Amino acid sequence: MHEIIEYISSYLRTEGLTPGAAGNMFWALVYIMLVFGGLSVAVIAMNWLERKILAHMQVRLGPMRVGPHGLLQPIADAIKLLLKEDIMPAEADGFVFWIAPLIVVLAAFTVFVVVPFGPTHAVTDMNIGILFMLGVSSLSVLGIVMAGWASNSHYPLIGALRSSAQMVSYEVAMGLAVVSAILMTSLHGLGLYGVGGAGSGDTGTLSMIGIVQAQQEQGVWFLFKFFPLGLVAFFIFAVAMVAETNRAPFDLAEAESELTAGFHTEYSGFRWSLFFLAEYSAMIAVSSIAVTLWLGGWLRPFPNLLSGTPWDQIFSFVPGVTFLFFAAICFYNTVRMPKHPLFRVQTIGLAGFGVVLGLIGLVLFVPAVSVRAQDIFWFSAKVAGFMYLYIWYRGTFPRYRFDQLMQMGWKVLLPMGLGVLILTASAGLLLQPQIWHR
Amino acid sequence: MAPVATPFFFYLFAAIMLIGGIAVITRRNPVHSALALIVALLAQASLYLMLYAPFVAGVQIILYAGGIMVLFLFVIMLVSIERSMKERQFNSQWVMGIVAATALGGLFIAVYTKGKDIFPDRALPLSALEAPNTQSIATLLYGQYMFAFEIASLLLLVAIIGAVVMAKKRI
Repeated sequence: MHEIIEYISSYLRTEGLTPGAAGNMFWALVYIMLVFGGLSVAVIAMNWLERKILAHMQVRLGPMRVGPHGLLQPIADAIKLLLKEDIMPAEADGFVFWIAPLIVVLAAFTVFVVVPFGPTHAVTDMNIGILFMLGVSSLSVLGIVMAGWASNSHYPLIGALRSSAQMVSYEVAMGLAVVSAILMTSLHGLGLYGVGGAGSGDTGTLSMIGIVQAQQEQGVWFLFKFFPLGLVAFFIFAVAMVAETNRAPFDLAEAESELTAGFHTEYSGFRWSLFFLAEYSAMIAVSSIAVTLWLGGWLRPFPNLLSGTPWDQIFSFVPGVTFLFFAAICFYNTVRMPKHPLFRVQTIGLAGFGVVLGLIGLVLFVPAVSVRAQDIFWFSAKVAGFMYLYIWYRGTFPRYRFDQLMQMGWKVLLPMGLGVLILTASAGLLLQPQIWHR
Repeated sequence: MAPVATPFFFYLFAAIMLIGGIAVITRRNPVHSALALIVALLAQASLYLMLYAPFVAGVQIILYAGGIMVLFLFVIMLVSIERSMKERQFNSQWVMGIVAATALGGLFIAVYTKGKDIFPDRALPLSALEAPNTQSIATLLYGQYMFAFEIASLLLLVAIIGAVVMAKKRI
């Protein structure tokens, strides 16, 4: 009994280690379950937010019937999908048809093993973290190809071919942008153009936690390092990641007007919902890569410039204040609800939702909680910004033609990526102080 | 941290790899063969992990399972499955096959029995194995083996240019 308690508490005492790095299976399991649950909630929230935000962009109301302001709509949809008949086409390749959605979901969820939600909040820390993320997420294209082929039908096959061609070509530009960010981890030194310095001569790192710590040491997000080189690399990644996840304006793989629904045309019910789940968690995964590499991961804004006790205090209030703000919006809309007896249940529901959000906000003001949770808050807030961008793109950009897509990938992003990589390397070399004092 | 490279996992992954490899040549449907090959390649990546070579394992997944196999599937999907299912699966050069298999098998047995004399007997300490392995590969590739590395990349460039020249009628 005593040994078990000892084993469980061993991770809590090893400061600055992730559960995996501390070798503690129990806490690794806890984190896996937390990440899995958090992701599922995030996908449900994204489902509602996407409809609502798209609707408001088009001056519509969006879902309003199920629950106050349509808040229960995703749950109703989930129940509908689970109860639907699961159809498999008669001529389909049974085994491949069955395993394809599983591969896509596995690939989309496995990458979160190395995503650092905080210096100690990660399932594990791998020496090859970013390589692992890119590698495993590139496996999802196999699932898409298998789904399209196994359906044994025209639209899915064309959709799968388009999707795989697109993902393979944008992976190249994406990889080049990632390499230029990794290069920056080895160029120690403070500030925008800082190179050399205390840790000079050291090597860089591929570990996700190491990349964020490098940004903390250098006192600059890699977005601004070697301005504007970091910005250009980030732009390449930001375009390539939308193409990688098959989202508008690069959603040719599921272009409704031409291909019905692309590679998942023949899927229905639960299997289709797996594709849906995988698409949204892949979006969150690539956004976490972007946040980790260029936007300082879990670091709060200005961790070095505005340091010291008063600023730490002020920034530790931000998570709580944010949730209280959401709660205030809920209460404001509760007051604005129609005063008709038919709306009584909805009004009470909205007020209850506001109370829950407010309670979460109040808990986040407790110092013991806010110290541990604010890393996770800042990371999620940055990822949420990317999620909003995804919806915004979908609401505003028209879809690319396929030749335009290929031209963009091979003739614009790839040369840009190569150029940024070469310029980053040369900047790192030329700014070394010892080159000029030889 | 306790080593995870236990014999159990070695035999598990080796068995998965063998089953995958056998399925590659016995499946009649070429898409199923390609999928079995992916299973074999992933099992091989796990064997690299067991040898404390995470970088090689990651590159194996990205390049082979994620890149090359997608291109394989891409081409196979465009082939008519009905016609290729009817084609003869094995050719009749079984005499050469037996000779080659015996020679390779003999080599394996020789290495297994005489292995101790051929390879230097020095087990690396666990701490050295767990040291950052990506960095040491980089130092070797761009330091000691710089020339070989550059020659290899030049070869690949020649192959790419050759492919473009052959595929395009007018350049």
